[in-house]
Amino acid sequence: MSTSRDAILAAIRSKTLEPTPLPTLEQDWIRFDDPIAQFGSVLEFVGGKCVRCESLAAVQETLDTVVECQTAVVRCSTVSGVGRPTLSIDDIDDPHSLDTVDFAVLRGQFAVAENGAVWVTDAGLRHRVPFFLSQHLALIVPSSEVVPNMHEAFQRLTFKDRGFGCFISGPSKTADIEQSLVIGAHGPRSHIVFLVDSIDA
Amino acid sequence: MDHAVAAAKFVANDQRAHWHDQALWFVRQKRDRMANSLPEWETLRDTASAIKAYTVTHLAELLEQFEENATQLGATVHWARNAAEHNEIVHGLLHDHGVKKLVKSKSMLTEECHLNPFLERHGIEVTDTDLGEWLVQLRREPPSHIVMPAIHIKKEEVGELFHNILGTDEGATDPTYLAEAARHALRQKFLEADAGLTGVNFAIAETGGFVVCTNEGNADLGVSLPKLHIASMGIEKLIPQAAHLGVFLRLLARSATGQPITTYSSHFHGPRPGGELHIVLVDNGRSDLLGSDQFRRSLSCIRCGACMNTCPVYRRSGGHTYGTTVPGPIGSILAPARDAKAHHTLPYACSLCGSCTDVCPVKIDLHHQLLSWRKEIGVRGLVPFTKRFSMGIASRVFQHPAIYRMSGWFARKLVPKLPRFLIYNRLNTWGRQRELPDFPKQSFREQYKRRQKK
Repeated sequence: MSTSRDAILAAIRSKTLEPTPLPTLEQDWIRFDDPIAQFGSVLEFVGGKCVRCESLAAVQETLDTVVECQTAVVRCSTVSGVGRPTLSIDDIDDPHSLDTVDFAVLRGQFAVAENGAVWVTDAGLRHRVPFFLSQHLALIVPSSEVVPNMHEAFQRLTFKDRGFGCFISGPSKTADIEQSLVIGAHGPRSHIVFLVDSIDA
Repeated sequence: MDHAVAAAKFVANDQRAHWHDQALWFVRQKRDRMANSLPEWETLRDTASAIKAYTVTHLAELLEQFEENATQLGATVHWARNAAEHNEIVHGLLHDHGVKKLVKSKSMLTEECHLNPFLERHGIEVTDTDLGEWLVQLRREPPSHIVMPAIHIKKEEVGELFHNILGTDEGATDPTYLAEAARHALRQKFLEADAGLTGVNFAIAETGGFVVCTNEGNADLGVSLPKLHIASMGIEKLIPQAAHLGVFLRLLARSATGQPITTYSSHFHGPRPGGELHIVLVDNGRSDLLGSDQFRRSLSCIRCGACMNTCPVYRRSGGHTYGTTVPGPIGSILAPARDAKAHHTLPYACSLCGSCTDVCPVKIDLHHQLLSWRKEIGVRGLVPFTKRFSMGIASRVFQHPAIYRMSGWFARKLVPKLPRFLIYNRLNTWGRQRELPDFPKQSFREQYKRRQKK
């Protein structure tokens, strides 16, 4: 193994190239007067939905009117007081058994206005698959945590430790059959982001 | 494979060729809308281009840094000089873990290495889980586009394929219905898989992590259930710092499909608890390209496919006519670098319009490189006889004013009187689809002389 490694590195080093400098990332990147409104409209454009709520209690009130949540048989949640969970992710040993989850309520760290994405991680979660395997997904994000663009998003991320993180922008989708958009390819068929003003209420 | 010969078959079905052209132009227009919505678009392209130039000129250090950091996070890094080594490494890992069923998310590198047939020969069931890739896998054909692998397939054909394989209703053509059937079948594959393999869109030297972008969520499903995750990447996929992802994630989906970002941009740093992560770094000709002043910049490619969507030749000839894993303008540069003799027609599958260069998010000078390849193919003596013959004559004519004037005279006075078969024959490839222009009665020189006399 090390021989291939050495051969590749030697092949690269045998080419003497004039080193070029790194560019600056300090630029006049796009910002929005109303980042929350921008986030909501982009999320809608990519097939998701954004609901702003004052409190977690208000989130639950809204969820009670969401058909996908009402009709869900198996629900899980990592946000206490929200989602009326029927199972706890942490009690599950084998992630495969999470394929029955109809509706998942999970936390997102922050939202990005320019592209409707929410940053989620597996920190504190025993399994990360509910983000992708659940039939429907709701993400809870503090409304104070909306950044305008991806550059500011990456200023928040350090990746010092082992872990998984993902920007999720809307429901799973495909356009592989004649460029016709189909929502719900493999993952969640619907995607709601709740931007909550007071998350500890 | 001769591109022009293969393309002649494609355009023989006029209606289908137009349908293909329009499907891709639609994607190009979506890309334009996204690009125009950002005032800093050109700044982003310049920045991305400079980051990639830095990467290419610091590649060895960055690879070592990536290896060290990835290892620290608990991943195992493997190095493969070529496709065969890559396939052996992957098979070795699968064998050691007793893997019978593998799910893959889209990876053009594994297409380049022909991994699927290799693993199948060793009795491993491989499922490509990107819907487009699964369609071409079921049809036993290669992808015709790097981002939209099944762009050449009509919904009626998908309906027939699924009717035969999944038992869907005969004659069904509704994409929603067909995609739903695929969802059910592929979910089963995810649940049964013993290992997941992904490609890599960007690997970060500074952190030892990497990013995979999908719209379907298939990469995440594929590696979040089984314990073994293998990630295959070309050594040029590296970027120096995590902050640079901000630039590339803004450009990639906007350029590729006209989305503000892919639905899922997954960042993997080390294996998940109780799992294993293996990263295979593949050279396979990339370090050779590094040494070429003319073609080095092709290593900056982030595989968005924008150059294909805009290319008038790709749109009207289809991806399969290129006979390579990566078709279109960028493929016509990469393929001859690997095997100039086999792919010598590809740099000519180009009108030199320059549209690819205009849309490339990392500002690769695509049409200049294609022109350079034509010269290179001439130098290597790979130009076919008819072209060499006629170019040789043209060269003589242009070098000798007397012969030039005489040829002009023949063209004006004699050619219009010649029988058709003498003008339009095997030697005149230009005249195959075209009529010669009407020759003027007098040359410029004759007209000029006459005016001077007045």
